[in-house]
Amino acid sequence: MQHAVAERNGPVVGSAQHTSAHVVPLRVLLGVFAALVVLTYLTVKVAQVDLGAWNLFGALVIASIKAALVALYFMHLRYDSAFYSFLFVTGLAFLVMFLGFTLIDAVAYQPDIEEFRQATGV
Amino acid sequence: MSETPALHAAAPVAPAGSVHTSHVAHHFASAQQQFDAGKLGIWIFLVTEILFFGGLFCAYAVYRAIHPEIFLYAHHYLDRTLGAVNTVVLIFSSLTMAWAVRCAQLDQRRGLAACLAITLVCASVFMGVKYVEYSQKWRHGLLWAGWFRPAEGSELSAHGLDGGHGPPPRDTGIFFSIYFLMTGLHGLHVLGGMGVIGWLLTGALRGRYGSQYFAPVDFVALYWHLVDMIWIFLFPLLYLIH
Amino acid sequence: MQADAAFILSAVVSLADWRAAMRRLAMFRTELSQTDMSQTLATQPAPPIGPSLPQADNYLTHARGLRSWLFTLDHKRIAVMYLVGILGSFLLGGVFALLVRTELLSPGPTIMGKDMYNHMFTLHGAVMIFLFIIPGIPAVLGNFALPLMLGAKDVAFPRLNLASLWLWIVGAIFFLVAIHVGGLDTGWTFYTPYSTETPTAVIPAGLGAFVLGFSSIFTGINFIVSIHKLRAPGMTWFRMPLFLWGLYATAIIQVLATPVLGITILLLAAERVLEVGIFNPKWGGDPVLFQHFFWFYSHPAVYIMILPGMGVISELVSTFSRRHIFGYRFIAYSSVAIAVWGFLVWGHHMFTSGMTPLAAMIFSALTFSVSIPSAVKVFNWLATMYKGSIRLATPMCYAVAFICLFGIGGLTGLFLGTLATDVHLHDTYFVVGHFHYVMFGGTTVAFLGGLYYWWPKMTGRMYRERWGQLGALLLFLGLNLTFFPQFILGSRGMPRRYYDYSGLLARHPDFQWLHVLSSLGAYLTAVAMLVVLGTLVHSLFRGRPAPPNPWGAATLDWQCPSPPPHDNFAHTPMAGDPYDVEQFEYDPAAEGYVLRTAQGSAEGVAHV
Repeated sequence: MQHAVAERNGPVVGSAQHTSAHVVPLRVLLGVFAALVVLTYLTVKVAQVDLGAWNLFGALVIASIKAALVALYFMHLRYDSAFYSFLFVTGLAFLVMFLGFTLIDAVAYQPDIEEFRQATGV
Repeated sequence: MSETPALHAAAPVAPAGSVHTSHVAHHFASAQQQFDAGKLGIWIFLVTEILFFGGLFCAYAVYRAIHPEIFLYAHHYLDRTLGAVNTVVLIFSSLTMAWAVRCAQLDQRRGLAACLAITLVCASVFMGVKYVEYSQKWRHGLLWAGWFRPAEGSELSAHGLDGGHGPPPRDTGIFFSIYFLMTGLHGLHVLGGMGVIGWLLTGALRGRYGSQYFAPVDFVALYWHLVDMIWIFLFPLLYLIH
Repeated sequence: MQADAAFILSAVVSLADWRAAMRRLAMFRTELSQTDMSQTLATQPAPPIGPSLPQADNYLTHARGLRSWLFTLDHKRIAVMYLVGILGSFLLGGVFALLVRTELLSPGPTIMGKDMYNHMFTLHGAVMIFLFIIPGIPAVLGNFALPLMLGAKDVAFPRLNLASLWLWIVGAIFFLVAIHVGGLDTGWTFYTPYSTETPTAVIPAGLGAFVLGFSSIFTGINFIVSIHKLRAPGMTWFRMPLFLWGLYATAIIQVLATPVLGITILLLAAERVLEVGIFNPKWGGDPVLFQHFFWFYSHPAVYIMILPGMGVISELVSTFSRRHIFGYRFIAYSSVAIAVWGFLVWGHHMFTSGMTPLAAMIFSALTFSVSIPSAVKVFNWLATMYKGSIRLATPMCYAVAFICLFGIGGLTGLFLGTLATDVHLHDTYFVVGHFHYVMFGGTTVAFLGGLYYWWPKMTGRMYRERWGQLGALLLFLGLNLTFFPQFILGSRGMPRRYYDYSGLLARHPDFQWLHVLSSLGAYLTAVAMLVVLGTLVHSLFRGRPAPPNPWGAATLDWQCPSPPPHDNFAHTPMAGDPYDVEQFEYDPAAEGYVLRTAQGSAEGVAHV
C-alpha cells in the first residue's frame, strides 16, 4: 500500500513490500540551511543592540524559529504523521512546566535568602 | 467442529511477490510496521533527551534569574566568534545528515557515504573548536565554581575583553559551572553521535543502506538534529547575553 | 546469577513435567482405545481430557544452556530472569528493614551503632525503590504478559528489552559495590548538602541509580511502541486489557520523568567530584534546587510504582468476580490522568523547605485533585465486585487486600497534602506509614497477586491454594500490624530516621510499645513472605500441571498453553472483549475454564 503523500511535496520511495517514506526535496534542505545561517547572523546582530530585557526574549524567539525549521524540515515533522509532532511538543511542554514551577519558586524565596545573608553577614 | 474465532485468525497474507527480507524481525508483520515502530521508538528517546538536557536549562534559568549580574559579567569571557562558527558548522552538519538520509532513500550510495563523512568532519571541527575554547579557559583558571581561579591580568580573548568590568561579582564561578556542564554534556552527545555515524559510514561503504532499508540512517539523523537543536539554544543563551 | 537459577528452574520444571506428561499420555491412550471412534465428531480429534499436556516445546524448554538465557530475545525468559533478580533485591531490602525494626525495639542502642543505622535505613530504601519496586511489576509481569495480551510474538524491540535487563544487572552490581565500599547514609533521597559532603559511597550508588534509570526508560519506550504498533487485529485502544493501560501510563511517566533523575544524579556526582557548586551554598548554589530536581522525578516515580499494580487489580477483580469490569473507560482514562497529573504535585514533598505560601497552596490543591482518579478506580473495582460471583482464590485475596490497604494509604496521603497538618506530620512516622501502606500494601501486594495469577501461565504449575490464601492472610495481618502503629507514632510526634528515641520517652512513653508492635509486625510480615514465596517454589516441584485458562479470564494471554510456546501464538489471535468472562465456564475435567458452547457441553480449548 502506498502512502498517500501529495507528490508536490516530493517523491515517495518504496513499494508494497518495503517501507515507504517521503523524500525531502533538495531545494527544501538547502533553503532551510540558508535560512538557518541567516537567522544565526541575525541572532548575533540583535545581541549587539541593547534592548534591555527584550534581548533575551528576542534571542529565544529567533532560536525557536531555527529549532522549528530543523524540526519541521530536517526532522521531517512537516511530512510525517501529526503524532510525532504531538510527542515532541509534549516533551517540550513538560520541560516548560518543570522549568516554570521551579523558576517561580526559586525566585520567590530569594528575598528570604537575602534577608538571611544580611542578618548573618555570610 | 469449527475453530473458535477468538483463537484463530488467518495469518496476515503477505502481498504477492513480497520478499521476506532478513531485515524484518519475526514479530513484525511487515517492513513498514517495523519502520514505524523504530521511528516511534527513536522519537520517544529524543523526548527523554529533551527532559535530560532540560534539567540543565532549568538550572540555567534559575541562576540567570536570581543572579543576572554574574551572567552579564562572565559571558564576556566566552568567544562569540568561535561560538558562532560552531553554530554554523553544526547547522551545516545537520544539512549533510538530512542529505544523507535523502541519499539513502534514493539509492545514492556514494552520496550517502560522502554526506556521512562530511558530517563526521563537521563534528570533528566542532569538537576541535570546543577543545580550543576549553583549553583557553583552563589556562586562565576560568573553571567551574569550586575551581574558579581567574588568572590575574591575563589577556582573555582575541577581542581583548578582560576583567575591565571590575572585579568579578560574588559566585561568578557558577556561570562557568553551568557553561561547562551544558556544553560538556552536549559535547559528550556529539562524541556519541560521531561514534554512531562512524558505524553508519562503515555500513554505507558496504552498501548496507538503500531505498529498501534506510531506517538506521533516518533514526540516527533524527538524533543528530536534536543535538544540533540543543546547540541552537545554547549558543545565544551562553554566548550572547546582553 | 539469576540466569543460572532460571536455567535450573526450567530444567526442574521440564523434568517434573515430563513424568506427569508420560502419566497423562498413558491415561489418554487407555481412554482412546476404549472410546467408540464413530462417536467422535468428524474434523478434528478431541483434545485429551484433563489438564493439558505440557507442550513438548514451551519457552522454558525451547533452548538450553546459560547462553540461551543470558542472550535471549524472548520476553518471557527476560521476565523470569527479572523475577529472580527482583525477588533477590526484595530479600536484601527486607533484611535491611528487619535490622532497622530490630534496632528500634528499644529506644537506645539495640544491635547497632548510629552510623550503621543510617546506612541501614538508607540502603533499605534505595534497594527497595530502585531495584525492586520501580522495575517490579513492569519488568516481571509486564514483560511476561504484555506481548501475550496484545496477541504479539514479542515486544517491539526485543534487543532493547535484553539491554534493559543487562542494565538492571549492572545497576544492581553498582549498588552491591556501593554497599561494600562505604555504604550510604544520606537517606534514599540523597538531599544536599549532606550528600555532597558525606564520605560514603554516594557516587557508586548514584551511578547505579543512573544505570537503573536507563533500564527503566528502555522498558518504557518498548512498552509504548509495543502497545501502539503490535496490537492484534480487532484490538482497538478501548478493547485493550486494563493492565496494558496501566503499563502504558506507567511508561509515559518512565519516559518523561526518569531523565530528570538522570541529570540530577549527574549533577550530584559533578558536585562531589568537581565541586561545580550548583547545590552548594559555599559556591552560590542552592540546595533546595536539588529537592526540586529530585522530586520532579521521584513523585511521578511513585505513580510508576502504583499504576501497574492498579492495572493488575483491574484484571483480578474482573476475573474473580466473574463479571465484566465496571467503567472500563473511566479506569483507562484515570490511568492516563494519574500519569499526567502526577507531574504537577512534586512540591508537596517540600512544604517545609522554604517554599512560598502561594506555591505551597497551589501544590496542595493539585495534590488533592490527583487523588480523584485513584478514587475513581476504587469505586469501579467495587462496582465490579458488587453482585459478582466472587471466588476468593489467592490472587483475589491479594486484590481485596490491595483495595483495603491502598485505601488506607491513599487516604492518609490527604493528611500529608494538607498544608496545616503536613507541617506537623512531615518527616514523622506518619509519612513512613503512609508510603509503606501504598508501596507495600499497594504495589507489592498487587505484584504478588499478579504473580500468583500468572504463575500457572509462566510455569505451567498450579500452587496449593490453601497455602496461597494463608500467605495472603498472614501478609495482610503483618502489614497492618507493622504500619498502623506508625500512623499513631507519627501523629504523636515520632520523627522518622531517628536512631535513638529515648529523649522522647519522657513525654511519650507509648512510643516504645508502639515501636515494639511495629517490629513484631515486621517479623510476622517476614514469616508471611516465607509462606508466600515458599508456596510458589513448592509448586515448581509438586504443583499439578496448569490448564491454559485456570481462572476463566478472557484476555488473550490465556488463549495459549501454560507455559506458552516460544513464539506465543502460531496464528495471530483475533481480539474480542477482554472482559467477557461470561463466555467461559469451569470444566472440572480440564480443571480449568473452557469456552461455553451452545449445547452446554465443554469444548476443549484447542491448542494453538
